[in-house]
Amino acid sequence: MPAARTGRRAARGAWFGAALAALITAVALSVIVGANPLHPGAVLDTVFGGGSAESRFVVWEQRIPRTAAGLAVGAALGVAGALMQAFTRNPLADPGLLGVNAGAAFVVAVGITFFGVTSPLGYVWLACAGALLLTVAVYAIGSAGGRAAGPVRLTVTGVAIGAVFAGLTTGLTLTHPDAFDRMRGWSAGSLLERGVDVVLPVLPLVLVGLALALWAAPGLNSIALGADVARSQGVSVRRIQLVTLAAVTLLAGSATAVAGPLVFVGLVVPHVVRWTLGTDQRRIVLGSMVLGAVLVLAADVLGRIAVLPSEMPVGVVTAFVGAPVLIILVRRRSATAL
Amino acid sequence: MSSPTRPPNSPLQAAGLGVRYDRRSVIDDLDLAVPPGSFTVIIGPNACGKSTLLRALAGLLPAASGTVLLDGRDIASYPAKDTARRLGLLPQSAVSPEGITVAELVARGRYAHQRLLRQWSVADEAAVTDALRLTDVADLATRRVDELSGGQRQRVWIAMVLAQQTPLILLDEPTTYLDIAHQIEVLNLLHDLNGQGRTVVAVLHDLNHAARYASNIIAMQDGRIVAEGPPATTITAELVAEVFGLANVVISDPLTGTPLVVPADTRRPHPVAAGN
Repeated sequence: MPAARTGRRAARGAWFGAALAALITAVALSVIVGANPLHPGAVLDTVFGGGSAESRFVVWEQRIPRTAAGLAVGAALGVAGALMQAFTRNPLADPGLLGVNAGAAFVVAVGITFFGVTSPLGYVWLACAGALLLTVAVYAIGSAGGRAAGPVRLTVTGVAIGAVFAGLTTGLTLTHPDAFDRMRGWSAGSLLERGVDVVLPVLPLVLVGLALALWAAPGLNSIALGADVARSQGVSVRRIQLVTLAAVTLLAGSATAVAGPLVFVGLVVPHVVRWTLGTDQRRIVLGSMVLGAVLVLAADVLGRIAVLPSEMPVGVVTAFVGAPVLIILVRRRSATAL
Repeated sequence: MSSPTRPPNSPLQAAGLGVRYDRRSVIDDLDLAVPPGSFTVIIGPNACGKSTLLRALAGLLPAASGTVLLDGRDIASYPAKDTARRLGLLPQSAVSPEGITVAELVARGRYAHQRLLRQWSVADEAAVTDALRLTDVADLATRRVDELSGGQRQRVWIAMVLAQQTPLILLDEPTTYLDIAHQIEVLNLLHDLNGQGRTVVAVLHDLNHAARYASNIIAMQDGRIVAEGPPATTITAELVAEVFGLANVVISDPLTGTPLVVPADTRRPHPVAAGN
């Protein structure tokens, strides 16, 4: 019925309007709120070119890059989760299933233990390398024996190899106490001290990942109806699956590289989006992009003021926020299944 | 093969087609031409290669030997979206995502007509509206597919294939799992679509439905075509006995005059009844 369809379109418009308003609010709060008690007026003044030397440093060197990092990480994890759930057709899948996080963590641990890497920028490159290494390994093993690597084979391989690397990481950090200390900070998931130098290198990776996700979304819509339907509708199923995999690696890899392994964002965000926006992957990807950024920024702001004068890492806050949401969602499973 | 002459301008042909699953040959050296504008029905016993043939004709299975010709050209040489603008398929394996609405599902049939930056056009809207109307599911457009009855759901799937706007439609057992009234409803719909100029190719299990609705029958056995042509000349007691191994008589359908297969009474008598 045209009237009902128009009504639904209006509801979706309202959804995105509200989500964007929430995003703008979260960005504003992330720039205004912090351990350094600057007056909101002073912050605004600084953003538009004025301000004292101190406020310029706090706003431009700390809060704005950190906000940009939160935006990129949240959008990347939200979309990576949406893609992973569509790829595996499992509503409880998260980006970590392909082992990307475990690979990133392992290489970071090796860097810390044997090469004395200590800076967030150093972690970025190590984590990117680890994510790439693990994806290649999962794909090579998953498609061994000459058979096409379908979603189930790849996911099982990812979980298995991920577990091996997580074990190696644990072994490494337990036998090297000082590495353990630094890994502990990294693996809690934090946006602290993520300056421009950390954010800029991964930004192109995130943008490419988001573009690939949007490109794959219409094909994923058809694949959701079954591989034969998709192919008869003109979808190159293999190509869409490879692009999806590449996008998950870029997005989850760079998000982990910037902030460490953040749990729950990639799992919960696409759920909430599907639950409220329906089954269309194009809308799910866009909605997860916005909502993921909102969740990470809000959690980061909360973490800055929750336990003053110290900070609670964003990864801990997302876990606190995500767990109850997940329980609610699982209890209403019928509304969120794929 | 009973029909050596090939109809000209066949939109879909197989020439020396061989298809394998793993290393097992399912179809070998098969020749076939779907007559343009026909309602072609493929019949045959379980595991005779009917679905395999249909999937190969749709380009979903690679030919191990020979070719499938779509509009006179090797189907493997078309880009995926080109094939999808000429040929639509409703496979048995179709699944509907939970919570999807009828209008959304039908709209997904438009993939081959969409571009990255032009996701929805007036033509898309018109095609979906047409498809919903033709299959008589327009009133259900905002309903969730998983809430519909089996017959309604099947019409929605057919609407999705129609939205693809292809002159050729292939369906794999579209009436399986439906009750008799809904089977007839779906077959009448296919008859109407065929009457509007679309060439329809369907795999059907029910020989009497095939005899009544098809203009062209393809009977298969062990991956080969054993009879081909109009139902009146192909569906005979001899063919049914040979292909299905079923003793039977074929009479004239009292309503349409098409062949009607009646299985012979091969029941063994009960022991008590055998006593006198």
